[in-house]
Amino acid sequence: MTTLDIRGLRLRLPGAARPVLDGVDLSVDASETVALVGESGSGKSLTSRTVLRLLPKGAATEGRVEVAGDDVLTMNAKQLRKLRTQTAAMVFQDPRAAINPLRRIGDFLTESARLNKLMTAAEADTRAVELLDAVGLSADLMRRYPGQLSGGMLQRVMIAAALMGDPRLLLADEPTTALDVTSQAEVVTLLADLRERFGTGLLFVTHDLGLAAAISDRVYVMYAGRIVETGPSESIFARPRHPYTRALLASTPSLDTPQGRLTAIDGQPPDLRQELHGCPFAPRCPLATEVCTTEAPQSTSAPGEPAHTAACHHADRLAREAADV
Amino acid sequence: MNFLRFAVRRLLEMAVTLLGASFVVFGAMYLAPGNPASFLLGGRSASPAALEAIEKQYHLDDPFIVQYWRWLGNIAHGDFGRSLEYRTDVSDLLSSRLPTTLLLVGMALVIVVALGLALGWLSAVRGGAVDSGILVGTTFAVGTPSFVAAILLQGFFAVELGWFPSSGSGSGDGLGAMLWHLTLPAIALALYLVGLLARVTRSAMLEALEGEHVTVARSRGVPERHIISRHVFRNALGAVLTTAGLIVSTLMVCTVLVESAFSVGGIGQLLELASTTKDFPTVQAICLIIIGLFMTVNLIVDLLLPLVDPRIKLGTRAAS
Repeated sequence: MTTLDIRGLRLRLPGAARPVLDGVDLSVDASETVALVGESGSGKSLTSRTVLRLLPKGAATEGRVEVAGDDVLTMNAKQLRKLRTQTAAMVFQDPRAAINPLRRIGDFLTESARLNKLMTAAEADTRAVELLDAVGLSADLMRRYPGQLSGGMLQRVMIAAALMGDPRLLLADEPTTALDVTSQAEVVTLLADLRERFGTGLLFVTHDLGLAAAISDRVYVMYAGRIVETGPSESIFARPRHPYTRALLASTPSLDTPQGRLTAIDGQPPDLRQELHGCPFAPRCPLATEVCTTEAPQSTSAPGEPAHTAACHHADRLAREAADV
Repeated sequence: MNFLRFAVRRLLEMAVTLLGASFVVFGAMYLAPGNPASFLLGGRSASPAALEAIEKQYHLDDPFIVQYWRWLGNIAHGDFGRSLEYRTDVSDLLSSRLPTTLLLVGMALVIVVALGLALGWLSAVRGGAVDSGILVGTTFAVGTPSFVAAILLQGFFAVELGWFPSSGSGSGDGLGAMLWHLTLPAIALALYLVGLLARVTRSAMLEALEGEHVTVARSRGVPERHIISRHVFRNALGAVLTTAGLIVSTLMVCTVLVESAFSVGGIGQLLELASTTKDFPTVQAICLIIIGLFMTVNLIVDLLLPLVDPRIKLGTRAAS
C-alpha cells in the first residue's frame, strides 16, 4: 500500500478562472523520499497542504487524496484528527511563524498528543525529550520560549514535533527556505536520517531542483497547478523531457559548471484569472509551436523508461537535444 | 533585568511622577477663577481685617510655594486638610465615601471584563451575523456617554419597571442593599467600556487567528476550542491588558458623572460638588487619589506584561 496516493486532484478557488490544482497525480511509497518542485504559485504548497486537508476558504476539490489507504477529502472530523495526529505531519517553511512565540517549546511539542489524550502529560514529555535528542537538541529546551532559539534550532523542534505521533508520512513544505545555508544543510541531512530511522515516507516540497535531485528518489515538477514532468531523480536531472524542467536546471547555480551564466526564465507564470488553453508553459517556452497553444499535452513516457513521464509535445526533441550536447 | 529591581525602579519613578502631578493639581486650583477666602465668606462682604484673619487662619497669605510645601507635608502624614464646604477633615470625607466608589467601580470593572471579553471572543470566533450584531451593539455602546446611559437606565429600569432604585447608594443597609442600589450605576458606567473592550478583543483575536502557528496547530490535530483559547485568545491577551490603564482611568472619570446622576454618595459625586463649591482641599485630594490609582494600574500592567508575552522584556512595551 502506498503511503500517499493522489489521483486526479483538482482544486478550485472562488475568483480563479481555472483550477489552482489541475489533475495532480502523485504518490509516495513507504520510506521513500519524493520531491515536489516548482516556482512560487505553482501549487506545490497547496498540494502538500491538501494532504492534511488544510484548504483555503471556499476551496472545492475533486479527485482522491489517499493517505495510508483512506481518502482525506471525504474524512469525518474524527478520522481527520487521527490523520493529523498519527498518520501524517507537516514541517512548515518558517519555524519562527509556525510556533506560537508565547508558549514554551515543551508545550508546543506535546500539546497535540496531550490534548487529544493520546498520551499522558508525563509520557508526552518523555517522548518529546527523546525526539529532541533525535534531532540533536538538549532536553532543557523544553522550558525555553521560541524567541530564545535560532531559526535552525526551531526547525529541528518543528521536525521533532512532526514526529511526535510517529507518522507514516512526513510533509516538508520548503523546510529550508527560511534558514541560512548551514542550517539548511543540517535540516536536509536530519530529515534524510530520520526518514531512514523512522521509516516514514517523505514528501519534500521545494523550489530548488538541485536540492530535490540530491535528496530524493523521485521528483515531480509542477507548473501552473499541473505535474509537467516526473521520474527518478537521476534521469530527470540528466535527461529532462520538459522545457520547464530544463529551464529550472539552467537557472540553478552549480559548483560543477561555475563559469556559465545563470539563465532566468523569461515571463511570469500564468495568471489565475485567465483560463488556460493548450500547454500552460507555452508563452514562456523557446520550443513552443502552434500545437502547444491549442492542445494540452498529455503525459508520455520516455522510451525505455516508463516511470519518467513528461507532458510536452516536444519531449522527444528535447531529449535528443540533451543527448547531443 | 530582575523583577524586584524593576519594581523598585518603577515605584521610584511613580513617586516622582506623583510629586509632579501633585504640583499641577495644587497649582491648577490657584489658576482657577475665584479664591477660597471669598468662598468662605459665602458672598458676604467682609472688612479687610476679617478677610485678613481668614487668610491667616487658612494660610492663604503665604507664598504659593510655602503653601504647596505645607500641603504636601501634611499629605505625607495622611492629612489632606479640612474641607471648606463640610468643615470636617477631608480624610474623613473620603474614608466614608471611597468604599462606595470602589464598589461601584469594581462592579463596573467586572461587567466590563466579563462582557467585553465574551463579546469580543464571540464576535471574532463566530463571525457572520453574530459578529455583525455585536459590532452594531458595541457601536451604540461606544457612542453613548455614561450620563446619557444613566438617564436612560434610570427612566426604564427604575422609574418605568421599578426593578432597581433610581438613586442612592444603599450604604448603611448592608452589602446586599448596596449591590442592588449600585447595579444600574455600574451598568451605566460599564457600557462604553464594554463596547471598547469587545472591539479591542475582537480585533486582537482576528489578528491572532491569521497567525501561521494557528494553521500549524490545526495541522497537528489540536481541537479547535483549544486552538482558540491557547493560541488565539492567549495571543490577544497582551493587547487587551494594555487597555487596562485606559479602562480604569475612564471608570474613575466617568464615575463622577454617574454618581451625580444617581446621587450615589461616592468620591465622584463629592468631586463634582467640591469643584462647584471651590472646596480646594477636597478636589485636590480626590484628584491625587485618581492619579495614584491610574498609575498603580499602569504599574501592575507593566509588571504583568512580560508574564503574558515572554518576548517583552521588563521595562519595554515592544516585543523584541
